[in-house]
Amino acid sequence: MSLQDKIEKNVGLLIVATLVTVAIGGLVQIVPLFFQHSTTEPVEGLHKYSALRLAGRDVYIREGCYLCHSQMIRPFRAETERYGHYSVAGEFVYDHPFQWGSKRTGPDLARVGGRYSDKWHKVHLNNPRDVVPESVMPGYPWLARTPVLEGTGKDIQAKMRTMNIVVPFGCKTCETYSDADIQKAPKELEGKTEQDALIAYLQGLGTAIKTVR
Amino acid sequence: MSDFTSSFWSLFIMAGTVGGILFVLILLRSNMMANVDAKQGKEIKATGHVWDEDLEELNSPLPSWWLYMFYFTIIFAIGYLILYPGLGAFKGVLGWTSHGQYEQEMQQAAAKYDPLYKKYAQQDLITLAGNKEAMKTGQRLFQTYCTVCHGSDARGQQGFPNLTDNDWLWGGDPAQIKQTIANGRKGTMPSWKAMLKGPDLDNVVEYVRQLSGHQADPEKAAAGEAKFKTICAACHGADGKGNVAMGAPNLTDGTWLYGGSRHTLKKTIADGRNGVMPAHKDFLGEDKVHLLAAYIYSLSHPQQ
Repeated sequence: MSLQDKIEKNVGLLIVATLVTVAIGGLVQIVPLFFQHSTTEPVEGLHKYSALRLAGRDVYIREGCYLCHSQMIRPFRAETERYGHYSVAGEFVYDHPFQWGSKRTGPDLARVGGRYSDKWHKVHLNNPRDVVPESVMPGYPWLARTPVLEGTGKDIQAKMRTMNIVVPFGCKTCETYSDADIQKAPKELEGKTEQDALIAYLQGLGTAIKTVR
Repeated sequence: MSDFTSSFWSLFIMAGTVGGILFVLILLRSNMMANVDAKQGKEIKATGHVWDEDLEELNSPLPSWWLYMFYFTIIFAIGYLILYPGLGAFKGVLGWTSHGQYEQEMQQAAAKYDPLYKKYAQQDLITLAGNKEAMKTGQRLFQTYCTVCHGSDARGQQGFPNLTDNDWLWGGDPAQIKQTIANGRKGTMPSWKAMLKGPDLDNVVEYVRQLSGHQADPEKAAAGEAKFKTICAACHGADGKGNVAMGAPNLTDGTWLYGGSRHTLKKTIADGRNGVMPAHKDFLGEDKVHLLAAYIYSLSHPQQ
């Protein structure tokens, strides 16, 4: 019996052979990425998210910001002139899940940190048209009314413990949260709103790499 | 691409890639026996697979256009892997990298635009503001980096200054404008809730409105004057004309950053305000800041 006959007449063998054939591309292209320094180690100057920024990141995810905003500057002059240095893999080692996005209805936010004042963000998040009349972004006024401890910061300690498991799994040289960090996290969120948390998150985005545009 | 934790991964990629190409080549050759038979004029045999009594699987020759296309893709893949990075740590004969392509693009742009920016950087700001070509470039820079706060018409928003009215918080000399863009500004109005309560607050509000020539209650304003002179004059001056060294606004000109209504003034005085202009020197560079300063200056000084 030829090999072809054997595979054709044995469903189990056919499934295995198909899987192996289909998987080769992924195995060759994806798996080695988990064993590269540049994709698994933080860039210099990048630190773990503070408790407030971690809660703010969850607001970003909950409100679906990634649907209209990317966090991925591609290596083209047209992008780096506007947004700054192109994104590199080592900037995202603390992002689980990453917020690269796939579509820009609004601008890229990968290096929005420090570009506008906190006050600008406050006005803009409450009603974007107060500062940018042409904007089509929805307003998020409830963020300013929701204490972060009643929102995404409610289970901040559990989130930090989870990050302690998830982050070092892909990144050996990454920082983790110490017991003291976790202990004082709820205190750091006291008196802050979800809007404060989101702004803290945004103001730190992409600030590890600085270049002239 | 060559920063793998172990050299095994480079070999792994090579084996997977080369093995994959060999695999499709073998698959192709083993399935084209009918083509060989047809060429040699032999009778083409069916595969011999019979199902459901008489359902026979034939073995027709592969169409030659399809066959040659398949060969072409294999040759293309080999050519690609020789020229470009693909085989593990092998960098390819051309030495291409996406980073290198980006650098090349930036160098081409620099060769084109740098002399222009350098030429502008040597001109003083007032001369530059009269240069129509330069101001066109300045406008594009403004549209890219400034409009989000100051508006596409540069007239600002509540809390974000109008740049066209020649009324300046931090000074309107070209050099001061450049300083503002390059290093940013932090304007702080403290909260006076603790020191100005109830009628005192209302009285100061009336006095400030009177300074600007707005409709105000003269009695209350007169009562507020003393408080103004002791508290507010430190930054805004005894005459209320402000101080550009601290970014304290002139309160006598009827131009408001946050608004001059009683309600807004009360909020401004009671809660304080924090205005921040971020520094732009580090990410725009000296030359672009220079050109932008000239453009901002030109907005309130139209050239004939």
